[in-house]
Amino acid sequence: MLYNEPSPLETRILTKRFGLPNSASIETYLANGGYKSFEKTLGMTQEAIIQEVKDSNLRGRGGAGFPTGMKWGFVPRQSAKPKYIVVNADESEPGTCKDRVLIENDPHMLIEGILIAAQAVGSKAGYIYVRGEYRYLIDILDKAIGEAYAKNYLGKNILGRGVEFELYTHTGAGAYECGEESALLESLEGKRGQPRIRPPFPAVAGLYQCPTVLNNVETFCAAPSIIEMGGKAWADLGIPKAGGTKLTCITGHVNKPGVYELPLGYPVEKMINEVGGGMRGGKKMKAFIPGGSSCPVLTGDEAWPLTMDYDSMAKAGSMLGSGGVVIMDETTDMVKAALRIMHFYAHESCGWCIPCREGTAWLKKLLTRLDHGVGTARDIDLVGDLADNMLGRTFCPLGDAAALPTQSIVRKFRHEFEAKIAKTQISMAGVENPLVVVG
Amino acid sequence: MTFSPELEAKFTKLLTNFPPGKQKSALIPMLMFAQDEVGSVTPELINEIARRLSIPPVQVDEVVTYYSMLHRKPMGKHHIQVCTNISCLLWDGDRLYEHACKKLGVGHKEVTADGQFSLEEVECMGACSWAPAIQVNYDFHHNVTPEKLDQIIDNLKRPS
Ligand SMILES: Cc1cc2nc3c(=O)[nH]c(=O)nc-3n(C[C@H](O)[C@H](O)[C@H](O)COP(=O)(O)O)c2cc1C
Ligand code: SF4
Ligand code: FES
Repeated sequence: MLYNEPSPLETRILTKRFGLPNSASIETYLANGGYKSFEKTLGMTQEAIIQEVKDSNLRGRGGAGFPTGMKWGFVPRQSAKPKYIVVNADESEPGTCKDRVLIENDPHMLIEGILIAAQAVGSKAGYIYVRGEYRYLIDILDKAIGEAYAKNYLGKNILGRGVEFELYTHTGAGAYECGEESALLESLEGKRGQPRIRPPFPAVAGLYQCPTVLNNVETFCAAPSIIEMGGKAWADLGIPKAGGTKLTCITGHVNKPGVYELPLGYPVEKMINEVGGGMRGGKKMKAFIPGGSSCPVLTGDEAWPLTMDYDSMAKAGSMLGSGGVVIMDETTDMVKAALRIMHFYAHESCGWCIPCREGTAWLKKLLTRLDHGVGTARDIDLVGDLADNMLGRTFCPLGDAAALPTQSIVRKFRHEFEAKIAKTQISMAGVENPLVVVG
Repeated sequence: MTFSPELEAKFTKLLTNFPPGKQKSALIPMLMFAQDEVGSVTPELINEIARRLSIPPVQVDEVVTYYSMLHRKPMGKHHIQVCTNISCLLWDGDRLYEHACKKLGVGHKEVTADGQFSLEEVECMGACSWAPAIQVNYDFHHNVTPEKLDQIIDNLKRPS
């Protein structure tokens, strides 16, 4: 169930049970310290649990990096309505394949993390929203949930301590936008995955308009080790302001792509050259995406000196994102890369707001034209202008996610677009109107 | 419409997953599980699920339109989904897709004449570190080469 060799350079906290025989079973989990952290929280106040999470400096692992302790703290203590826990296992950000690994190898760690969150906010029910393509994970989760009920870690009177929690799995049906938290909640309510106006945020009005804690799989998975080690010790695994470890999906042109658990603040150079086994064929790195295709693209030169954390990436004009690192060597056609990325966003735009629906469609057309070698210099500028005009003008961050990588590729690799046009002009010499729209 | 006892049991369980009055929440899982059995989302299926959830069929219809995994026409018995998104592209996922087109003699979302295979170029499926990746129905295959793809398809062709 491990698809790549682990690296000796990893700091294995969330992945410490990976590779054990039957690592997904409750027996293995219990034999290796499992559910002890949850039991500990049964003797803690809600404030104390949340304080540990705050001390851990854990920031949401779904992409936005919002501080988790603070988010849990937003849930009203007193509420006439029930409170819900919702797990975002929609994992669809291109380049990202870590939540799958966590659930597949250690589903009980996720269940324990959910139980800890439930104790922190006083919730009695939760849903794990799994993307439709991950059907086999639902089977793994259902089995684990069944084991947890049988051993009385879930149910009406957990461990005889008068605590109640019911947990359910839920399948999506193929829609990237349903990873966005409010669209996910709509989908969970049986509707089209269109985002909601915020505020109110899910912490106050989430599922069925009830207070809801919504986090990424990896975020919940961090909770048991935070309680076990103590928030401060967990924070010290990483760097100031960004605690702990992060599952990093190394993808693209390296010798050993794979999912590796690395402390926050890990040097990019060491990540590529040592953990990732170096650039494939000893080639030069042309471009680098730190955390999924929604991040602005960095040039190889920009990326080498950076470290894998929120501030370092922000300073360089990108984002740490979801942990889906994409490494592109000198042979990569950046026009094609830009087009493929836009193809995705145009396909996934939920169509609700015009700048995103029309913008992604037009960008795809323009990029297709440029890639097919029938573009003009004006098209390059138009791509840049269109992307600029989408930024900040859309209803949910998908519009920005489409504009940011495009903008950065056009700015930083303009010469590649121009080279394609130059080729066109030679082959189109004598043709009256080369402005044929392709695609 | 009648369903298998297994699917009926799944439906019964699903409807208890949600608080009273919130049964519409079961809609998407019901459609997914039913599609797996029926082969596609037919007009009868839409009406049947609407009836069971006490919602107008149009509310089911608009959901079916939105989600890419729900389809109104039957796909092949073996639905081959090739990812060509960025991480797979960097490991020649686009060429793998072209190879699949040639091998099966069909294009995007098309079904072979015998109904055995269908093909779809899909978005990132969460296998980026083991690119290029494909899914056959719900099964993942990682680091797929054209040769490996031929083998997978040929094995599926063999009568079991
Ligand atoms: C278009 C879009 C897609 C998203 N997809 C995911 C996803 O697949 N998984 C995820 O955890 N978060 C995703 N997010 C982020 C969620 O909206 C949300 O911030 C996150 O689940 C919160 O959990 P966290 O605080 O633990 O990161 C997405 C956001 C956007 C705008
Ligand atoms: S930005 Fe795109 S995905 Fe988000 S609401 Fe608007 S159309 Fe939908
Ligand atoms: S890009 Fe192909 S599986 Fe993620």
